[in-house]
Amino acid sequence: MRGTVRAVADVSLSLEKGSTLGLVGESGSGKSTFGFSLLRMIPPPGRIMAGEIDFDGTELLQQPEDEMRRIRGSQISMIFQDPMTSLNPVKKIRDHFIELYRTHDRTVTKEDAVSRAAKLLDSLGIGGDRIDDYPHQFSGGMRQRVMIGLALALNPKLIIADEPTTALDVIVEAQILELLKQLKTEHQLTMILITHNIGIVAEMTDTIGVMYAGELVELGPTEDIFEDPLHPYTKGLLESAPNIVHPERSMRPIPGSPPDLLSPPTGCKFHPRCPRVFEPCPYKEPKLLERKRRLVACHLYDSVRS
Amino acid sequence: MSEDETYGRIFLRLLPRIRGLSKRGLAGWAILVGGTIVSLLAIMTVLAPWISPYDPIAINVGPLLSPPSSQYPLGTNHLGQDMLSRVISGGAIMFQVSILSVIVCLLVGVPIGLFASFKGGFTDKMSSLVMDSIYAFPGLVLAIAIAAMLGPGVVNMALSIAVVYVPSYFRIIRSQVLTIKELPYVDAARMMGAKTRTTLVSYILPNVVPSIVAVATINFADAILTAAGLTFVGLGLSVSTPDWGWDLTYGRRLLTSGAWWVIAFPGLMVVLLALGFTLLGEGLSELFSPRLEK
Repeated sequence: MRGTVRAVADVSLSLEKGSTLGLVGESGSGKSTFGFSLLRMIPPPGRIMAGEIDFDGTELLQQPEDEMRRIRGSQISMIFQDPMTSLNPVKKIRDHFIELYRTHDRTVTKEDAVSRAAKLLDSLGIGGDRIDDYPHQFSGGMRQRVMIGLALALNPKLIIADEPTTALDVIVEAQILELLKQLKTEHQLTMILITHNIGIVAEMTDTIGVMYAGELVELGPTEDIFEDPLHPYTKGLLESAPNIVHPERSMRPIPGSPPDLLSPPTGCKFHPRCPRVFEPCPYKEPKLLERKRRLVACHLYDSVRS
Repeated sequence: MSEDETYGRIFLRLLPRIRGLSKRGLAGWAILVGGTIVSLLAIMTVLAPWISPYDPIAINVGPLLSPPSSQYPLGTNHLGQDMLSRVISGGAIMFQVSILSVIVCLLVGVPIGLFASFKGGFTDKMSSLVMDSIYAFPGLVLAIAIAAMLGPGVVNMALSIAVVYVPSYFRIIRSQVLTIKELPYVDAARMMGAKTRTTLVSYILPNVVPSIVAVATINFADAILTAAGLTFVGLGLSVSTPDWGWDLTYGRRLLTSGAWWVIAFPGLMVVLLALGFTLLGEGLSELFSPRLEK
């Protein structure tokens, strides 16, 4: 035991029905941990120390484990990072669906589950006849389609997509994103998209939350953030990806690496890497305050009134 | 689809696989040879009442201690029992004891191994401690001690062997579960709302089965040797049951008077059966563990 890591702290946000939130940040910034905590699935020894999760009027942290289990998959479901290992290798695709349907509703017959699944897979671009195949008979993109099917099967109110295309090649990635986009409009999905790919976020989301060292540093409408990033970290993040609008601008990576959360820097956690650091930064922790129609946690905007 | 049809289809699907085994290198051949030995001996045991020339427990069917001859191909023992008939019938006890002990091991070792290692923490530590302490004893000595407490009999022999081998199951299952439970698809199942029981039975167990099969086959071989050992030290069955172990015990005393055939043939059968199961088990575990492939 070396101490407590606050992997996610002081992240407060709300999500409108039918909208998509993109969570971006470097590896280890707490994006996935935030996603898992919504389902109360933080792998031990991690745990949720404090907070509130109001899901459509239900306080999730107060629910008994049994109730929580019912919510997982049917109310809130998840699309995972690595489709290659997210399906049980010894079970046919049909069995994945049968189990999912029957776990949440005992009255669904196997035939019923299979026919619903076949229809669903058809709409996701997988022939319904392939439902009798095993996962290893599918390519990565196809498996991710199956995973999306599983996530959608029970019409959940919220879908958490944890880097859904990271393990896929570019062409398949584009296909999967296209599919997600189409499903979003068709089903009025509410989605949290966790990714470190800025491009995906620009294309898919209505709102962006930028996370650094377990904290939300900026939150606002996607367009605004791309046009005028307020937080120096957001700026750095945008500049470290190729700019399509201004290809002549070279990429500028953020120097340094994310802090060790066992002994995080004092004050603003970003100050050791920040190009615009000034005197309050190492001493005072910036609060997430509303500035220019969005929330930002940076001392640069302490004096700006919105 | 009727049950019969299913079995028929399984058999038809297995046929080319059996032929394919010979192309799987040494492991395939081990399975083929081991499987053949075991099945031949099993068939012989089942057919024993019809194919043994004499009643295996009747005494004085021939002269005492007659060496192998055309009338008594494997000779007779000091009670005038026909050795060929005893060799043919004696396997029944071996099969009963080993099958029973493997069943007990499966029923006890598999659930404990699955549950404890999936649960982790204190449950896992405690059961590992108990299992490792059993494992620390030399197998035959422990089996003898338990069999001595329980008394003779097929069930008691099977139980004492089972106690010795449960830890092997526990260990192999534990090592597998520890790896499998960290795989994304197990997490995925839980995040989709699967119960612990479902996760264990349909996500973890099927992926452990190959290793269980391999351990069980090796367990068969060990059970046969241990069963022979138990009868050899007098913790087996009464003289009224044909048993290779019993023949070994008495054959040992007769060996000094030059009657080698009383101990040689039953001993050969024990070795053959154990060899068959060992080949089968080693072959299966080689085939099922891709990490050993070059």
